[in-house]
Amino acid sequence: MQLVIISGKGGTGKTTIAASFAYLSQDSIKCDCDVDASNLHIVLGGEDIEREPYIGAKAASIMPDKCIQCGACERMCRYDAIHDFKINPLKCEGCAACTVVCPANAIELKDEVTGDTLVTQTTRGILSRAHMIPGAEGSGKLVTDVRKKAKKYGTDEDLYLLDGTPGVGCAVMASITGCQGALIVVEPTQSGLSDFKRVLSVVHHFKVHPYICINKYDINERITKEIEAFCQEASIEVIGKIPFDTWVDTSINGLKPIVLYEESAAGHAIRDMWHDLQHKIG
Amino acid sequence: MKIAVISGKGGTGKTTVATNLATVMKATYVDCDVEEPNGFIFLKPDIKESLDVTIPVPTIDTDKCNHCKACVDICQFNALIHVDKVMVFEKLCHGCGACQAVCPTLAITEEERPIGRIQIGTYGEEGMACLSGTLNLTEPMAGPIISQLKGRLGQETSLIDCSPGTSCNVVKGLLDATYAILVTEPTAFGLHDLLLAIDLVEQMSIPFGIVINRVHESHNQVSLYCKSKGYTLLGEIPYDRQIATLYSNGELLVRQSQYKAMFHEIADGVKEAMACSSSL
Ligand code: SF4
Ligand code: SF4
Ligand code: SF4
Ligand code: SF4
Repeated sequence: MQLVIISGKGGTGKTTIAASFAYLSQDSIKCDCDVDASNLHIVLGGEDIEREPYIGAKAASIMPDKCIQCGACERMCRYDAIHDFKINPLKCEGCAACTVVCPANAIELKDEVTGDTLVTQTTRGILSRAHMIPGAEGSGKLVTDVRKKAKKYGTDEDLYLLDGTPGVGCAVMASITGCQGALIVVEPTQSGLSDFKRVLSVVHHFKVHPYICINKYDINERITKEIEAFCQEASIEVIGKIPFDTWVDTSINGLKPIVLYEESAAGHAIRDMWHDLQHKIG
Repeated sequence: MKIAVISGKGGTGKTTVATNLATVMKATYVDCDVEEPNGFIFLKPDIKESLDVTIPVPTIDTDKCNHCKACVDICQFNALIHVDKVMVFEKLCHGCGACQAVCPTLAITEEERPIGRIQIGTYGEEGMACLSGTLNLTEPMAGPIISQLKGRLGQETSLIDCSPGTSCNVVKGLLDATYAILVTEPTAFGLHDLLLAIDLVEQMSIPFGIVINRVHESHNQVSLYCKSKGYTLLGEIPYDRQIATLYSNGELLVRQSQYKAMFHEIADGVKEAMACSSSL
């Protein structure tokens, strides 16, 4: 069983929930698919037991001694990456089109290390994650790699808990596909509602079962009702409503999952939601 | 002059800063967060123009193809496979043209395929220009939309609302920027993500300043860190419920005079910092 926690957009409290679930499900195998800015290891701590460089992209470069300065590559490149017989690595997509047209064989396509994949032994089980070099291409493939690494540590019967990527692009699709359930975290704001509808279509597209959780539901009860009505209409289940709670900030600053704070109303709501969800996903 | 607004992570208030700042600076607003464009929820511009963004994808003329598989071999994105004939997986195709260039029999032509949309509008009485791009759902490639949006900009001052995170899409938003505003939060996560964002803008040699959002107390770990490193702190947006309510209803903060003053201060800080960095 693979359960992914996602949100149309970052900052909806996804990591707060993911960290709590990760803590509560000691036996699950955790994947931090938010490779752009992974945070789960900050909360769970632990020792890295595996680290591997990740080759995520290719980039072209021109060998100046071979180049006859004909300009064919610059005309070919559709990403405006070549000027004055030099390639701007930030713009290069590594597509190899320039190598096709170069009459002097002066262009090389080289593998680029764009990050590391890591496996961390935490007190609450295995965590597979990645560190991506800022600005690197191909985060979708890296997410797939993180998930593959995690599989080495479990069987098909195990529960895999994935902290997904925000957005609706390639990295998100790589976090969702093949999961059986997706917990979508949404905040009751105008933009939250619009992000939620977009990400929900992606979840439907991949035929993954959605569960909805409204975070800080009491900051705008009008939009909360709108979300609930929308979900009812679409026959999807709102499985949790978490109140606005300043303990959440305390827990983030204390780097501990919110469910460890006895006084926290949000912590209790997340605990209840986890029990419900566990039943549902079996 | 392009000012890019980024954040190591989403949800830190990037769009809040970009939209409100654009109105006080009378700058063009450009929403390059094409996976989840939210800027227009706050600006509600009059839409004047709306157009498709397309990328070219190959079509194969089976009569001309001699099954040499050169196209399959050159495609770096696994968008082509050969089983009896060459097949194209459109969604994997980056539209680079390598396969067409390599085909010895000229069997490959290209067709435009839409992957998203651009909307152009104006905000307010002075007709501030607003641009926004939206990636079609289940399309993986945001890059071409960001490039199209930026291709429409001239010399005017523009505020580029970038994608969250630090991925290749953020780089596309940052390219050619004269200045970057990094939006963060006063927490350990905020600091962690801020360091990634700083790493990126420093790699690209773009001068930057920092705005801290949702501030409870002025001596927080992020502001102390910025001070210790000598980074420019452009401003702090307080943590209050009124801001959360305005935001949740999709309203600009500058509608309220106290917040308007706050964004004017941030704008002054940006102008000053840009003047300093350009005189270096
Ligand atoms: S590999 Fe592709 S993107 Fe890179 S320089 Fe060559 S043609 Fe341009
Ligand atoms: S196509 Fe080759 S020879 Fe011509 S300018 Fe480019 S690198 Fe130089
Ligand atoms: S245009 Fe480029 S990405 Fe698309 S199929 Fe051809 S080689 Fe592959
Ligand atoms: S390169 Fe041209 S001829 Fe060769 S397999 Fe591809 S389409 Fe056919």
